[in-house]
Amino acid sequence: MERYLTRWLDIPDLRRIEVYEAHGGYAALRKALFEMTPEQIINEVKNSNLRGRGGAAFPTGVKWSFIPKDSKKPVYVCCNADESEPGTFANRYELENDPHAIIEGILIACRAVGAHTCFVYMRGEFFTQKEIFETALAEARARGYVGADVMGSGFGVEITVHRGAGAYICGEETGLLESLEGKRAYPRNRPPFPAIQGAFGCPTVVNNIETLSNVSHIIARGAEWYKTMGPATSPGNKLFCLSGHVNRPGLYELPMGFPLKDLIYEVGGGILDGRALKAVIPGGSSFPVFTAEEAIKVNMDFDSVRAAGSLMGTAGVMVMHDGTCMVDVLRTVAHFYHHESCGQCTPCREGTGWIEKLLIELEAGRGRIEDLQTLLSVATNMEGNTICVLADSLSMPVKSFLPKFRSEFEDHVRLGRCPFKESGAALSAVDGRAHAAATPPKPAIAHAD
Amino acid sequence: MPKLTIDDTPVEIPDGLNLIEAARLCGIEIPHYCYHPALSVVGNCRMCLVEVEKAPKLQIACNTRVTEGMVVRTTSDRTHAAQRAVLEFLLANHPIDCPVCDQAGECKLQDYYMDYDRQPSRFELARKNHKGKAIDIGGGLMLDQERCILCARCTRFFDEVTQTSELAIFGRGDHNLIDTYPGRKVDNPYALNTVDICPVGALTEKDFRFRMRVWYLHRTESVCGGCERGCAIDIHHHRGRIYRFKPRHNPKVNGYWMCDAGRHSFPALQSESRLVAPLRQADDRMAALGWDAALAEAAAKIFEYGRAYGANAIGAVVGARATNEEAWAMKRLMAAIGSDRIAGLTWSPADAPGDDNLLVRANRNPNTRGLAALGIESAALGRLGEAAARGEMKMLIAMRADLARALGEAEFVRQFGPLDYLVVLDTDANETGQMANLVLPIAAYPEIDGSFTNFKGRVQRLNAAFDPPGEARSAIEVIAALASHLEDGAAQKTAAMLAIPSSASEIFARMAAAEPAFSGLTLDALGAHGTALNLAGE
Repeated sequence: MERYLTRWLDIPDLRRIEVYEAHGGYAALRKALFEMTPEQIINEVKNSNLRGRGGAAFPTGVKWSFIPKDSKKPVYVCCNADESEPGTFANRYELENDPHAIIEGILIACRAVGAHTCFVYMRGEFFTQKEIFETALAEARARGYVGADVMGSGFGVEITVHRGAGAYICGEETGLLESLEGKRAYPRNRPPFPAIQGAFGCPTVVNNIETLSNVSHIIARGAEWYKTMGPATSPGNKLFCLSGHVNRPGLYELPMGFPLKDLIYEVGGGILDGRALKAVIPGGSSFPVFTAEEAIKVNMDFDSVRAAGSLMGTAGVMVMHDGTCMVDVLRTVAHFYHHESCGQCTPCREGTGWIEKLLIELEAGRGRIEDLQTLLSVATNMEGNTICVLADSLSMPVKSFLPKFRSEFEDHVRLGRCPFKESGAALSAVDGRAHAAATPPKPAIAHAD
Repeated sequence: MPKLTIDDTPVEIPDGLNLIEAARLCGIEIPHYCYHPALSVVGNCRMCLVEVEKAPKLQIACNTRVTEGMVVRTTSDRTHAAQRAVLEFLLANHPIDCPVCDQAGECKLQDYYMDYDRQPSRFELARKNHKGKAIDIGGGLMLDQERCILCARCTRFFDEVTQTSELAIFGRGDHNLIDTYPGRKVDNPYALNTVDICPVGALTEKDFRFRMRVWYLHRTESVCGGCERGCAIDIHHHRGRIYRFKPRHNPKVNGYWMCDAGRHSFPALQSESRLVAPLRQADDRMAALGWDAALAEAAAKIFEYGRAYGANAIGAVVGARATNEEAWAMKRLMAAIGSDRIAGLTWSPADAPGDDNLLVRANRNPNTRGLAALGIESAALGRLGEAAARGEMKMLIAMRADLARALGEAEFVRQFGPLDYLVVLDTDANETGQMANLVLPIAAYPEIDGSFTNFKGRVQRLNAAFDPPGEARSAIEVIAALASHLEDGAAQKTAAMLAIPSSASEIFARMAAAEPAFSGLTLDALGAHGTALNLAGE
C-alpha cells in the first residue's frame, strides 16, 4: 500500500519547499496551469470520485462544477482548516508536515473554478500549524506559486489565512462563511448554496484540507491511479484518527474500505490492557456508535459505514473497551454539543442542553427510567429540524447509544449510581467536564505499511 | 403563477411568495416567530416547519418559496409533531412568569401553546437556565433576557431597518442572550418598534409596562398626527383614555413602523390643559359659557363686523393640524360669508428633529399637503397678519392654530393685537387662546372622524376612538353650528351656502365634489391604506 498523504513520514522536512519540490512538488500545479483547461481539471477530479473528507463526503469535482462558469462576481475558494470534531486530528498534522500539498491543492482548485482568492479558515488554536503554514505560504509566494502571476501563467491567486476564535460551528461550511465575513458564525439557510452565493455573496467552494491534499496527487498521477485505491464509490486513501482504548492510537493513512477490525486490532495494536472491545464511534463523536459486534464487520469507507448504520464523517475512530461507561461517554458527547451549539435554531439550542442535563442526572444515578424515553424523544425532535446538522450530531449518538446500551442506562437508574465507577466517583463526574471517552492521541504514529 | 396544493386545496399563488405568505392568502395560518415580512429571513425559530411532498425533511415555510406542483401540508401529523416539539423546546428554559409578564394577552408563546401544543412540559423547573430580568437597555426599552426566544427580530430591526445595530446575541447555545454592547445603550428614535415585533415579553416598553392589561384595550384605526408623514396607527384606548399608539401596516406610508416621538405624542392629546367648555374673555378672565351662547356671540360678531366693515373684515387661520374636513368646512364658511381672508398655518417647534431617511419629517403638521390641496395657503398668513395690523381685519377665527406660539408673542401682538375680536377653536389652553375673546373647545384628532393628507398626497382616514372630553365638540360640528346660527340672518343664496354638514363623510363628499384634488374620493372608500390625492385634478 502506498502512502501519499503521509509521505512526510518517509521524507524528512517535506514542509520545506525545496524538499517538497525535490519530491515532485508543484508539478501538479504546473500541469494544471499549462496542460489542462479548468474543465479538464474538474473532469479529472470528478473521474477520480474524490469525495470530500470534511465529513459530508460530497463528490469534490461535482461540487466544483456547481460554480457558475460565467460568474460576473469573483469566485472564492475557502480551505476549511477549522478541524474541531472530537476524535479528529488529521488536519493539524497535514498543516504541520505537508503544507505545500495543501497550498498546491488550493491553487489547483482555484484554477479549476476560476478563483483568484482563497481564504484558509483556520482554527485559532492551531497556532503552531498556522506558523508553519504561513511560512510555507511565504515560500510558495517567493517561488512564484502564489501571487499575481502563478508560475508565469498569467493566472493570479492570493491565499489569505483567517484565524477563527474557536467555535465548532465555524467549521460548518456556512458558519465558516459567516465568520469569515466578520459575523457571528450562525449557519446559513440553504438555498442559496455557497456555490451560488457564498463568501461575501459570491460563488464559493469550501473544501477540507484533506480533500485539497488529495487534489495535487490526483492531478499529478491521474484519476485512474487514484481509483486503484479503495472501493470505486469512495476511492483513495483516508487519514484515520484512531483514539481511545487502543494500544497504538494515532493517525493512520489507509485505503478507503479498510476493515475497522484490522484498524483496531492490527494497526492500533488491539485493545488497551487486553480488555474486550465494547463500542466504536467510527466517524468522530457526532455519529452513531457501533457495538463491538457491529464494528468488527464494518469496512471503513463512506458507503459501507452508512450501510452499517453510521457515518464515516472525518474518520475519527474512537474505541471503547468494556470498562467504559456508555452513559458517561454520551454525557461527554452531549456536553460538547451543548457547549458548541451556536443557539440559532430552537431545537438545537434547547435540545442539546436538555439532553446534557438529563445525562448528568442519569450518570450521577439521579435519573428516572422515564428519562430514557425523554432522551430519545428530545433527540428525535431535534433531528433534521435545524439549519445545520449540529442538532443531528447529538441526536444521532443519543439515538444509537440508548437502544444499543440500554441496560447500562437502566442500571444507572436502578442502582442510583454509575456501576462503572468506584463508590463516590460518580459524583465527581457530574461537573460536565469529566474525562473524554476518547483519550487524547499520542503524537502521530502513521502506520508504516 | 405557480399552481400548488396547500392542505389538499389546489391554489394559484403569485410567484416568489414564501409558504407563510402563500398560506395566509388561502386563509391558513402557519405559526411563526422569527419570520417578519419586513425583515430578512433567518429561519431560526423552526416554528413554521411544514411538510412539503418529496422533501425528505420538514421545510421551514418562511424560507421555502412556492413552486409549480408543490404539495404542502400544514396540518399533518408530522407538522403538528414538529410544532409541539418546537414549543416544548421554547418553553424548556422559558421562565413561566406569565402571571407577572406584561406581554400577557399578546404573547405568541402563550397563543401558540394554546393553539398548537397544550402538552405538559417534560422539562423540570429546577433545570431551567436563568438570565437577566427587567434590564433597562435604553431607548425606553426593558429587556427580560429569560423570556427571549432568540428570534433575532430586534437585532435584525436594528441591523436592517435603522442600521444602528445596538443589540446583538451573545453567548452560545441555551446560554444565548440578547444584550447591548458593553457600556452602550439603545439610543434610537425607532427603538420601540422592537417591542411591537418581539413575539414574547422579552422587550417591553417602560412607559407602558403594567399600565393596562392589553385585553381591556380597544383598537381604533387612525393616523398619527405627529408629522406630515402620517403613519398609519392603531389607537389603543380604554374608557376614553389612550394608552398607546401602535403602528398599523401601511405599505404606502410607513410600512410596519412608526417613530418613538409619534408613538409618544398621545399624552399631549389628553393633557391637563385640555379645554372642556367654551370660554369667554370677561374682565380679563376667561369664564365658561354654554355652547349656544358662545356660538350666538360668534355669529353676532360675524354679522356685526361684516355689516360694519365688509366681509373681508373677517378672516380665518387654519392650522395644518386640522383635518381635510375641518379645513374645507372653514373654507366653505369663509366663502359663504364672502371673505377671501383665509390662510393656513404650518408650524413646527424649533427643536423638532429634521427629516431622516426612514419616517420622521421635520414638518410636524400632519395635514400641510391637505390644506395646500384645498387652496388654503400658508403663504397667505402674512397678508392676513398685515391686514389685521393695519386694522382692515377686525375679527379672526383661528382653528388649531396657536399663532402666538408660532409667530412669537411680540410678532403676534404686532400683527393681530389690533383685532377687535379673536375666536379660537382648539383643544388646549394655549397662548393664542389666552388672548382670545372666545375659545371654543374642539376634539383632538383621535376623537374625530376625518382625514389627513400626508406630504406625498396620500389621504388617510381617521376614526373617532371615543368622545372628546367635557363639552368639547368636533370642529366640524362647531363650524356647522356656527353656520346654522349665521343662516338665520343671511340672504337666501348665502344661507344655502352656509348649510354645512356636520358629519365628516358628508363634508368629504361635498369637498370631493368641489375640490379637484379630492374628486372621485369618498371618506368611506379610503380603505386601510388611504388613497392618493387626485393630483391630475389638483
